[in-house]
Amino acid sequence: MNSDPILSVRKLEKRYGNFIGCTDISFDVWPGEVVAIVGESGSGKTTLLNCISTRMERSSGEIRYRMRDRRYPDLAELSEAELRFLMRTDWGFVHQNPADGLRMQVSAGANVGERLMAIGDRNYGEIRRRASDWLERVEIAATRIDDMPVSFSGGMRQRLQIARNLVTHPRLIFMDEPTGGLDVSVQARVLDLLRMLVSDLSLSVIIVTHDLAVARLLSQRMIVMKSGRIVEQGLTDRVMDDPSHPYTQLLVASILEN
Amino acid sequence: MKKPSLPAYNFAYLDEQTKRMIRRAILKAIAIPGYQVPFASREMPMPYGWGTGGVQVTASILGPDDVLKVIDQGADDTTNAVSIRDFFAKVADVATTTRTTDATIIQTRHRIPETPLTQGQIIVYQVPIPEPLRFLEPRETETRVMHALEEYGLVHVKLYEDIAQHGHIATTYAYPVKVEGRYVMDPSPIPKFDNPKMHRSPALQLFGAGREKRIYALPPFTNVISLDFEDHPFKVQRFESRCALCDAQDVYMDEVITDDRGGRMFVCSDTDHCETRRSEGYQGAGLPQHGAAKADWEAAQ
Repeated sequence: MNSDPILSVRKLEKRYGNFIGCTDISFDVWPGEVVAIVGESGSGKTTLLNCISTRMERSSGEIRYRMRDRRYPDLAELSEAELRFLMRTDWGFVHQNPADGLRMQVSAGANVGERLMAIGDRNYGEIRRRASDWLERVEIAATRIDDMPVSFSGGMRQRLQIARNLVTHPRLIFMDEPTGGLDVSVQARVLDLLRMLVSDLSLSVIIVTHDLAVARLLSQRMIVMKSGRIVEQGLTDRVMDDPSHPYTQLLVASILEN
Repeated sequence: MKKPSLPAYNFAYLDEQTKRMIRRAILKAIAIPGYQVPFASREMPMPYGWGTGGVQVTASILGPDDVLKVIDQGADDTTNAVSIRDFFAKVADVATTTRTTDATIIQTRHRIPETPLTQGQIIVYQVPIPEPLRFLEPRETETRVMHALEEYGLVHVKLYEDIAQHGHIATTYAYPVKVEGRYVMDPSPIPKFDNPKMHRSPALQLFGAGREKRIYALPPFTNVISLDFEDHPFKVQRFESRCALCDAQDVYMDEVITDDRGGRMFVCSDTDHCETRRSEGYQGAGLPQHGAAKADWEAAQ
């Protein structure tokens, strides 16, 4: 594995007026690694994710990202054009609600092809071939390529959203509760798929979830947040089996044993 | 005793300060071909959607020596065209014409005349929705950034969707174009049949959107390329039939229903083009004489 982190966050803080969204956040993400951010509702997980993915402006701190050309700039130094290019090529963002991440008024094929067209692909046949390729990889029948996402089930929409993000071979994916709105069996299928894709494509992933089971299944490392601060971080297995912070102990203890 | 009265209107209706403001916007638009310049659109004595943008542009560039032609869907004699022509005849006292070749300024809705425009002529388009990205991106803040950063993938998403649903690019009007390799522009709802006429046209082309408060322009001899895919190139529609009145071919046609039994005929959409040809002695097939309509016609004889 490459020894340089792909992303490093230092002393990140986000304030809403006097209110703290998240503060004193520092961690690194290495290539091919899945990092889960867990914590209860309101603990600042999503705020953190939005700050890192530049969907929200941070108040202070540093976020560096390893570009494909090996530069390692703070994201604040990048121009808006560079950032937006990064977002639609090198990064992906999987929303909890697929409707937020999809274009609901165009077909599945157009949803997957959008990023290709955005980076200049102008061959319809080629775009379509790659779109149907990706649909199959996320287990959506290629015959549904011209169907609207509104006609898809929740699980299919989520898988479509994943395909749409992965078509440009990004290196870093942000996920905000990707299995949040799905029932348990569908969740399992989406998680399975994610795990497979992540290892096949050696993606780096930052995944926000309140579900420790999801974190355990997908992630190698875990960050536990409470009231906007990191209370514990470490290897997922270590944190789950031997939580050191009382809050983490509470979280782990609250998982239903089966 | 009668007080000396001021004239009711300034020349060409708009006051001089307004015209200066609009001319500034026009100059900027010409300097940046295809870029939508915001301007302080005024209330005009007509409803939005009837050409308030076009009328303001025309009023700002009109001089006493100009000859004005106004067309609506190619015709000089429809309500919109007649009203706007009368309006300027009244408030600017300019000469009006229906002949494309005689006009110095042509205000148009939905067509470009068949007769090629020449250097020195100005064509003013009435534009309902100037933003070509609007159909997939409703936020104005976002579309502005997309124009600034040349992020035009969305336009192709629309074209992709056309091909996926219909097997070919089914957009037939307001077909998006790329201007001088930079800005993507909505050519206003002209049929895509007319798109090639914009490419390197010797005439100055101005676009005014009154409700949306935008002006944009194509200076003479500007490259205007219709967007497409490599394997689905841009094509204009072709008409099988000839004009029933002037026998013209390869022009844009209107379909006219002539009875309630399937009778119909195709005629030139450009009335001036049609009349000119007829005055030159061309004659079409006339009213359709076939099927049920023919039987009726014969019975009436």
